[in-house]
Amino acid sequence: MTRTEFWQGNTACAEGALAAGCRFFGGYPITPSTEIAEHMAVKLPKKNGVFIQMEDEIASIASVIGASWTGARAMTATSGPGFSLMMENIGFAAMTETPCVIVNIQRGGPSTGQPTLGAQGDMMQCRFGSHGDYAVIALCPASVQEMYELTARAFNLADKYRVPVFLMADEVVGHMREKIIIPDSVEQVPRKALVKGTLPFKPDSDLVPGFPQFGKGYGVHVTGLTHDERGYPCATNPKLHETLVMRLVDKIESARHEIADYDIINPGAEQVFIAYGAPVRTVQQVMHDHPGDNIGFLRLRTVWPFPEYAPGEFKNARRFLVPEMNLGQIAREIERHVRVPVISLPKLGGELHTPSELLAALEAYR
Amino acid sequence: MRHEVRFSGFGGQGIILSAVILGRAAVMHDNKFAVQTQVYGPEARGGASMSALIIDDTPILYPKVADPGIYVIMSQEGFEKYGAHARTDAVMLVDSTLVYSRPDCRYIEIPATREAKETLGRDIVANIVMLGALVASTHIVSEAALEKAILDSVPKGTEALNLKAMKKGIELAAGSTQP
Repeated sequence: MTRTEFWQGNTACAEGALAAGCRFFGGYPITPSTEIAEHMAVKLPKKNGVFIQMEDEIASIASVIGASWTGARAMTATSGPGFSLMMENIGFAAMTETPCVIVNIQRGGPSTGQPTLGAQGDMMQCRFGSHGDYAVIALCPASVQEMYELTARAFNLADKYRVPVFLMADEVVGHMREKIIIPDSVEQVPRKALVKGTLPFKPDSDLVPGFPQFGKGYGVHVTGLTHDERGYPCATNPKLHETLVMRLVDKIESARHEIADYDIINPGAEQVFIAYGAPVRTVQQVMHDHPGDNIGFLRLRTVWPFPEYAPGEFKNARRFLVPEMNLGQIAREIERHVRVPVISLPKLGGELHTPSELLAALEAYR
Repeated sequence: MRHEVRFSGFGGQGIILSAVILGRAAVMHDNKFAVQTQVYGPEARGGASMSALIIDDTPILYPKVADPGIYVIMSQEGFEKYGAHARTDAVMLVDSTLVYSRPDCRYIEIPATREAKETLGRDIVANIVMLGALVASTHIVSEAALEKAILDSVPKGTEALNLKAMKKGIELAAGSTQP
């Protein structure tokens, strides 16, 4: 029996995590993400889980990485300033192939910026914010329902690919309350275990090694240094470093189709919106109010790895219009993959694009 | 039918809770769709607080309220910041204890804070008085749904007081003369 609730996005995120089997939350409260930590602090102890408030966000993500190596589904939630502090250890998680879920309820930046207002300014930071080359997965919810569903999916993706997975939400979606249908259960894809006798960082054909859980009889060295398949540091061998980094990137990039999650609406249209997160709602309103205008919409739930072939499904597209609550971070990514003009429709200041603003853009470029 | 409601007052009056209760009534007890949003600053109390609610029979796409048809205003600063420019066909419920300005649109005066304090003994339930008056004068949710949503939302031990506040609001709306 499903049930209906009237929940805040942040509550739905926490409940989606719990339903997915998350049993560890390490975090430091920050607006507009704090309700996730509050909810986990109440609920996790009742489910035999652990909630810990760390001294800062650097320690928070470190605690999540440690918890994950014990086999737990582990997460943290933060916003811009805390996200910046997490960057070094996010790279450590990528290098050590540690499954974890990092929720960023984006607010206006840079610095402490606009704590109580929405933004999408961290989209590039989540992809490239830590040093070195690596790949991650980022999902963007546009409703309270998706805060629940995409958080649950984030845990499955993290475990499957052994990678940090980001839920890149925003204050608008995190704080609004709306109707949500809670499913009976959520699919849980378990982490692939390491086969006894196999080297701990030797990948299978999917480029992902099995997971040697702490406390299950393995003696594994986990290091951020470039390491061989035994996990031993070997930081001066050029070929080994190249092979390792290419595998960390390729295991995600080669699974682009499987990770991708998007909707194609009106594929024959000439004017096509591309959006993710809160601006999706404005595009949906414009399309609902102007059904005869033949407006196309590529609506993204997965932003990283970017589904670079998806814009090409709009065969007649003459231009792509990209409303974002930043200065065009994903618009630039789209430009790399299409041959027609990409019109960035940035909005800063904390407010969502209005339907009339998007209509004006449609008219201006028609 | 889409209804957009804006609540404003000062932090601590339960402006956000009012919208949450009304949204809960619509979704959980009247089987409708609702989206609640808010504007708030870093202040804990005081300062103008604003919360908005959309109720509709079909799923709600754009979640923000720009030009609402219904207002509930509980402070003078809230009126000036969020109520003064109400469109002329809107309807506004004002807490006449705390708001001295009046809008150009139709308005209903509810002395909610005075009644909460003097008749019910706790000014904290003034927002529930306003909710009762709102539902009685607009019927955007059923009174039964509002009652259930209030019971879902208020602290244990205060149920009777809050239901009395709701009934007081319904009574005040019925007796108010609308200019």
